[in-house]
Amino acid sequence: MELSGGQIVVQCLKDEGVELIFGYPGGAVLHLYDAIFQQDDVQHILVRHEQAATHAADAYARSTGKPGVVLVTSGPGATNAVTGIATAYMDSIPLVVISGQVPSAVIGSDAFQEVDMVGITRPCVKHNFLVNNVADIAETMKKAFHVATTGRPGPVVVDIPKDLTDPNIKVPYVYPESVSMRSYKPPREGDQRQVQKAVDLLLSAKRPMIYSGGGVVLGEASDELRTFSRLLGYPVTSTLMGLGAFPATDAQFIGMLGMHGTYESNMGMHESDVIIAIGARFDDRVTGKLTEFCPYAKIIHIDIDPASIAKTVKVDVPIVGEVGIVLKQLIAEINVNGSRIDTEALAAWWDRIKEWQSVNCLEYDRESALIKPQYVVEQLYKVTAGNAFITSDVGQHQMYAAQFYHFDEPRRWINSGGLGTMGFGLPAAIGVKLAHPDADVACITGEASIQMCIQELSTAQQYQTPVKIINLNNRYMGMVRQWQEFSYEGRYSHSYLEALPDFVKLAEAYGHVGMQIDKPEDVTPALEEAFAMKDRTVFLDIITDQKENVYPMIEAGKGHHDMRLRVAPGTPIDRELA
Amino acid sequence: MRHIISILIENESGALSRVAGLFSARGYNIESLTVAPTDDVTLSRMTLVTRGSDEVIEQIVKQLNKLIDVVKLTDLADVVHVERELMLIKVQTEPSSRAEIKRMADIFRGKVIDVTSNSYMIEMTGSSEKLDAFVAAISTHNIIEIIRTGATGLPRGTGSLIS
Ligand SMILES: Cc1cc2nc3c(=O)[nH]c(=O)nc-3n(C[C@H](O)[C@H](O)[C@H](O)COP(=O)(O)OP(=O)(O)OC[C@H]3O[C@@H](n4cnc5c(N)ncnc54)[C@H](O)[C@@H]3O)c2cc1C
Ligand SMILES: Cc1ncc(C[n+]2csc(CCOP(=O)(O)OP(=O)(O)O)c2C)c(N)n1
Ligand SMILES: [Mg+2]
Repeated sequence: MELSGGQIVVQCLKDEGVELIFGYPGGAVLHLYDAIFQQDDVQHILVRHEQAATHAADAYARSTGKPGVVLVTSGPGATNAVTGIATAYMDSIPLVVISGQVPSAVIGSDAFQEVDMVGITRPCVKHNFLVNNVADIAETMKKAFHVATTGRPGPVVVDIPKDLTDPNIKVPYVYPESVSMRSYKPPREGDQRQVQKAVDLLLSAKRPMIYSGGGVVLGEASDELRTFSRLLGYPVTSTLMGLGAFPATDAQFIGMLGMHGTYESNMGMHESDVIIAIGARFDDRVTGKLTEFCPYAKIIHIDIDPASIAKTVKVDVPIVGEVGIVLKQLIAEINVNGSRIDTEALAAWWDRIKEWQSVNCLEYDRESALIKPQYVVEQLYKVTAGNAFITSDVGQHQMYAAQFYHFDEPRRWINSGGLGTMGFGLPAAIGVKLAHPDADVACITGEASIQMCIQELSTAQQYQTPVKIINLNNRYMGMVRQWQEFSYEGRYSHSYLEALPDFVKLAEAYGHVGMQIDKPEDVTPALEEAFAMKDRTVFLDIITDQKENVYPMIEAGKGHHDMRLRVAPGTPIDRELA
Repeated sequence: MRHIISILIENESGALSRVAGLFSARGYNIESLTVAPTDDVTLSRMTLVTRGSDEVIEQIVKQLNKLIDVVKLTDLADVVHVERELMLIKVQTEPSSRAEIKRMADIFRGKVIDVTSNSYMIEMTGSSEKLDAFVAAISTHNIIEIIRTGATGLPRGTGSLIS
């Protein structure tokens, strides 16, 4: 089969099983868009800004486990995509981004719409390619998908000069069945001696903690994590990125850990004697002050990326490998060993944890006449029966979502953790809805974040992706305001949003339904009404308490045991403090 | 501690910038870096000299290994090895000092490779430490210019960096 470069790119996508791509056209990719026009197998979703294309493709990937695909033009199209590429990179999301480049002959001459895409993206991709020859496109595409989806996943950029997609130049096309790269061999099994050591340590524990992370979601190892954790009966905590891998409603789950984690999780980490970190990378939002991190614990760490191990925290038993496989090895080893768990010590440990749980660290003022954001998320959880896909933006609303929507399944909680990219939520919701047309999809956002990609309301209209936008409107960059309240004596420098648009009218202008809610008693009926409108995008502008803060909080430079709580442990919830 | 890291990397455009970019992005120190083709045209050899605590070196090695283009990496500090660096050094000479400088070069097994009435250019190879020692030894004379390639090295014995 002889094909042009443009046709080859499209054919590669088909052969790779790609059904959907997200993109935006321009000069350098016109040949490619012409090839897309002449076929029906790969559906192209036209966004309104290239950043949104990357976020939508990224969320498509997060919610399905399949790679997301993006197509953008050279220059400004490519640079607009960079924020989304960096977002995917920080959270290890498989993405293949195809960018047009100026024709080979003029590369390096400051040609019209030329940027060095390979150079610009180098620090925020897993790998990138500049294709030099039409005949290399197919193999490069195969490598791109291979690298993006295996090992520790991540975004891969394929930069294709315009002349390579010329419809008049055709070359034979074969899509390679497989690739082998001598320089790239992701690990699989963990070293059996390390597994043995880990099991010995785990079974000797008196105050154990299972610290699970995004790697369990990325590695599709939720079942193995459940089996492993239930076999041991140890308390399970999770990072923001790992939520859902272990069911939040399970009694063994004690909530998220880290900066806005629960009192019980953070105290548990602090007092623990053996911690097993599973697909988690000891991020600074999790560890707090490193010199005070888990002072009494021996640490086991499972990760596919050797560079994640001992990067910030020294570990006692590192295990490099694919999380699902390593968990199976551990389970087998525990079973062979016969469970030698110190049940007495474990019972005492659970008693201690229950004491911490009784502090009720997430409690808020339920009598307030103002709408509390936590209440909205709780009601959303009820109205959707806990089954929705929740995307989020970045800020306080993101933390309320993580704390109050109890995810029982992986890939349901879609948020930007590592980069913390405002503007992620709405395009992400569209990407998720396209992947799961029959599921409920809600975007929990804030009035500042939503405005960073608000133009995507137009995409939602064009492709009829009925998502529900839950705008927790506190008229503040709440997360910034909270830090200014705690650390800058309430000098709210540029964190108040003046001149907010009328979100109801804005939604309507894009052809959607808009509603504003400002009384607590109206929240649940409005949510019910919104989700009953199965085929409409609904924008719920919910006017919340401006001064509400996220608790608990480990402030910068503090250790896990040094949390700021809404009320001191032991005190009943006090309205005035709330 | 000082480490010589020898990297076999795919000979592709941009491979060097991936390595250099990694060092600048992560704030690692790079003392010298040499790049050259190998007998296999698809591969290049980079040798870089860096300094850092054991933890930092461990991260450098892991991060370099993580680069998709890196085929093989050896920290020569882990093996018995031979290290060599080439230096060209131009020294101003006075009639009274010419013999003394020549003798010094001989002691260090350097060669005078360019001569004018009032200068020598000396070529010298050796470990970086030896070159440092020579520079120190003739520093009482007026050094016009020094150029050094940065260190490179190979393990001793029959073992190779590739296998
Ligand atoms: C406003 C804000 C507040 C935040 N507050 C918190 C907070 O309170 N608590 C919190 O936890 N986070 C918080 N975060 C998120 C935080 O910044 C990090 O993104 C997060 O903690 C990282 O999660 P993780 O350790 O699970 O790693 P991820 O980023 O999910 O990384 C996954 C790890 O697993 C490994 N891995 C991937 N695939 C596999 C596989 N197949 N097998 C084995 N290993 C694999 C990877 O190599 C990597 O090391 C916050 C973010 C924002 C924006
Ligand atoms: C693109 C980008 N710019 C700036 C920030 C810093 N930042 C983090 S949270 C936040 C405020 C978000 O406000 P809003 O969306 O209203 O959410 P709230 O905290 O009020 O719930 C800002 C500015 C960011 N994370 N991303
Ligand atoms: Mg806000």
